[in-house]
Amino acid sequence: MALSQFADKFYKTFIQDDRWKYLTNGLKNTLKITVFAVLLGMVLGFLIAIVRATHDKTGKLSILNFFAKVYLTVIRGTPVVVQLLIIYFVIFASVQVDKIFAAVLAFGLNSAAYVAEIVRSGIMAVDNGQFEAGSALGLNYSKTMIHIVLPQAFKNVLPSLANEFIVLLKETSVAGYIAVQDLTKGGDTIRSNTYEPFLPLIAVAVIYLVIVMILTHFVTRLERRLAANDKR
Amino acid sequence: MISVEKLYKSFGELEILKGITETIDKGEKVVIIGPSGSGKSTFLRCLNLLEKPTSGKIIFNDVDITHAKEKELNHMRQKMGMVFQHFNLFPNLTIRGNITLAPVKLGLMNKDEANAKAEELLRMVGLLDKAENYPSQLSGGQKQRIAIARSLAMNPDVMLFDEPTSALDPEMVGEVLSIMKELAEEGMTMVVVTHEMGFAREVASRVMFMADGNVLEQGAPAEFFGNPQNPRLKDFLSKVL
Repeated sequence: MALSQFADKFYKTFIQDDRWKYLTNGLKNTLKITVFAVLLGMVLGFLIAIVRATHDKTGKLSILNFFAKVYLTVIRGTPVVVQLLIIYFVIFASVQVDKIFAAVLAFGLNSAAYVAEIVRSGIMAVDNGQFEAGSALGLNYSKTMIHIVLPQAFKNVLPSLANEFIVLLKETSVAGYIAVQDLTKGGDTIRSNTYEPFLPLIAVAVIYLVIVMILTHFVTRLERRLAANDKR
Repeated sequence: MISVEKLYKSFGELEILKGITETIDKGEKVVIIGPSGSGKSTFLRCLNLLEKPTSGKIIFNDVDITHAKEKELNHMRQKMGMVFQHFNLFPNLTIRGNITLAPVKLGLMNKDEANAKAEELLRMVGLLDKAENYPSQLSGGQKQRIAIARSLAMNPDVMLFDEPTSALDPEMVGEVLSIMKELAEEGMTMVVVTHEMGFAREVASRVMFMADGNVLEQGAPAEFFGNPQNPRLKDFLSKVL
């Protein structure tokens, strides 16, 4: 009895009218937004971190550092949903842009601020002796940074960066605010078609969870590989 | 080779170096001793401008480098090797990578030349078998020997040693000092800040005693240790010898 009821709900939620496609298409969009936003966030975040750390270490780049600080304050001081809405409805008000593109931009710019502070803390945690050893060999600041400090900083902050990736993946679930058909929106669409909330929403949650678990697994492996040069 | 004129250095209110004027000639092995806080390390670090002097001049190979642009400064530093108390090896690179990084990235050698040079230097410090290891897999003494090899890969004109054995376990001091001795015998110009009086006596061409930001006495080791004049030096030697 209960079983046939469940089978019926399962059929209604996933099979009827090919409703599963809401989830698969939504997942595709969620992954697309996450991957490109992470790339944007990492690149921009690293650049901001380098500006900030260079300023902290050498006192140079004070103008860029000022803009970086303003950027960090604004982005970290406002909710990501509001940033998403502003980018789509205000900044791109008069131009027709792809909603996914707007979402990538919003989440990427948001993530950059968090990545920047993570990476900066990683750079500052590298022993000053490493900078000195680089300088004493005649390497300039940027060569010391690129070949000596950043690889160590990256290793220090890898767990935090991975966490930021995972946070971002979950944060994209608000993309529905600008009517992007992401995974969350897909599940919600099924719910509103079938008036059956349990299965579609649990399915959405399970999909997020599985992706996060897979990511965590790969990060642990990468960390272990990076730790190889720490072993005694 | 290196001249220092009226070198002053303060950290905020604290005056560390109080007007030092010295010349270090090619081939000299200058050993600097003195109590903690006397300014020995600061003096050494001013020579390659890791510390910027508050006033005074540093002249290296007839060029005033005190206010050199970063590019000239880096160029000058290539010719001035430095060995640190805490080794400062690059933990993200293998031993080979530590030694070859600077010569390759500065365009002084190609990869093959740098590798050949690294192997030659590793043979000299007796650690050829560690080329593919990472610094964390080495003992303190081995790390310092690699740090010396890393500096030598740049073919420097002078080597600065900032308390190279102070962070080592006692049984590892000898292996580092013997490499420094070897280097001295080959004619390298050296400036060494150390607490190893035996090394000063045996290797130095000139020993320098610093206290309170000044050089109070200096001379050849026999005279310096045998017949010290300055009361501060007498007191210091009576405590360490």
